[in-house]
Amino acid sequence: MLALYAVAAYAFLHLPLLVLTLFSFNASRFTVWEGFSLAWYRAMFRDGQLAEALANSLIIGLAATALATGIGTLCAYALWKRRSPLVSGTLYLSLVTPEIVAGISLLAFYQWIFRNFGWQLGMHTVAGAHVAFSIAYVVVVVMARLRMLDPGLVEAAMDLGATEWRAFREVTLPLVAPGVAAAALLAFTVSFDDYVITSLVAGVDSETLPMVIYAMAKRGVNPVVNAVSAMIVVGLGALILLSERLRKA
Amino acid sequence: MTRLRAIFLTPAAVVMGVLFAAPLVVILFYSVMSRGVYGGVELPYTIENWTRLIDPLYLRILARSFVMAGAATLGCLLLGFPLALFISRGGARKNLYLYLVILPFWTSFLVRTYAWMFLLRDTGLINTVLLSLGVLREPIAMLYTPGAVLVGLVYGYLPFMVLPLYATLERIDRNLLEAAADLGARPWQSLLRVMVPLAAPGIRAGALLVFIPCLGAYLTPDLLGGSKTIMAGNLIQNQFTNARDWPFGAAVSLALMAVVMLLLTVWVRREKAPLL
Repeated sequence: MLALYAVAAYAFLHLPLLVLTLFSFNASRFTVWEGFSLAWYRAMFRDGQLAEALANSLIIGLAATALATGIGTLCAYALWKRRSPLVSGTLYLSLVTPEIVAGISLLAFYQWIFRNFGWQLGMHTVAGAHVAFSIAYVVVVVMARLRMLDPGLVEAAMDLGATEWRAFREVTLPLVAPGVAAAALLAFTVSFDDYVITSLVAGVDSETLPMVIYAMAKRGVNPVVNAVSAMIVVGLGALILLSERLRKA
Repeated sequence: MTRLRAIFLTPAAVVMGVLFAAPLVVILFYSVMSRGVYGGVELPYTIENWTRLIDPLYLRILARSFVMAGAATLGCLLLGFPLALFISRGGARKNLYLYLVILPFWTSFLVRTYAWMFLLRDTGLINTVLLSLGVLREPIAMLYTPGAVLVGLVYGYLPFMVLPLYATLERIDRNLLEAAADLGARPWQSLLRVMVPLAAPGIRAGALLVFIPCLGAYLTPDLLGGSKTIMAGNLIQNQFTNARDWPFGAAVSLALMAVVMLLLTVWVRREKAPLL
């Protein structure tokens, strides 16, 4: 009985994406199966707008991941040493703030600043937004790893004459490296996937992949969206599996 | 020792201060200013944006957000509880079962929402199949309805319910359930009077984790809902785009934040759960 229920719940979780993927291989443009075809994948690879958006997403994702991982790892270490209710409270709040609120307020902030300097929205504003909302994820993952660590190891290193910096670099960091890698993959996933905040703070030259998918989905039936979606599901799924592996390593 | 800690903490504090906290302060100011002619804000200061929140027109949208978030939370609980129970009894396969819950969760929220557009459209898969089987004569309108938004929310946030539920259910001593059965409790009695009370912390955590994002949902009602399912998130977005009423949009945003923070504070006080 319970197993039957679980099967139904798993079907609810997985069937929509499986069906979506299946129909990306459909020869017909409509939701009637007319045989196997890779036409939509070919169309996807020929689409210049998609390629450009993918490039933007990758650039923003990689830049934001690098920054957020570095900043977040240092922050996790500092919070592990001693709590800071203000900083952890802010990070916690950033995790639960509705995306639309975070995006709107950031847009208002950017425009308020930029008016005085004549700056424009673009890749940098999107990357900044992504760094801000990924840091909390990095801190949570790295912190979980740090908590598994024996604090005696750092103390031992320092008793043996290492400076704290050296103990961090040569003892702590190598030990939490899998956690840092897992956090980076997670941050990249969150960045690559974001639509709401990105669409608000993006400029004309910084359209990302989710923004293009959103526009296509709004316009109506288009199997190319299915093909792109399937690629994203597989790609991000692989990253997350890798991240989980590392987190538990 | 403290100096290195301060150096390590600074970048995060600066980034979060500038790109998260300061923007919230900016919209706090916006929320008490007047609407600019072409968007933006102007002086004088006013509290009119806040008093407009109780205008029935907007109050209805806010109330709808609460009802939708509540319904989605209930849906997640009803679907997630048995699933979490199943996983907690999964023995050696527990991790696999958990992966199967987490995996779709991390693969693009946008794509998962689009999947439901694909299924629910008039020309979508469900209608097409039912029409060709002769069950329906004409397609039923499923997309752009409250039901579609609800399904989208439950689908989107189910893992948030399952994970904390699983964590508490896994720790429950099964002897207690056996004892209940030995003492003559029927299965549903031991479920309601033994298991549910023991799992209460997990239920509360899961409910909070689902309710909060559902309350502030934007993408799901935007893509799956119609004009009759506008939620608080859409109202905010609309004020900053079409309506060009930034001050009011700022007031709605902060009201939403206030509710989220209130819920969290109550929960943290009650559970004494540490922040991070």
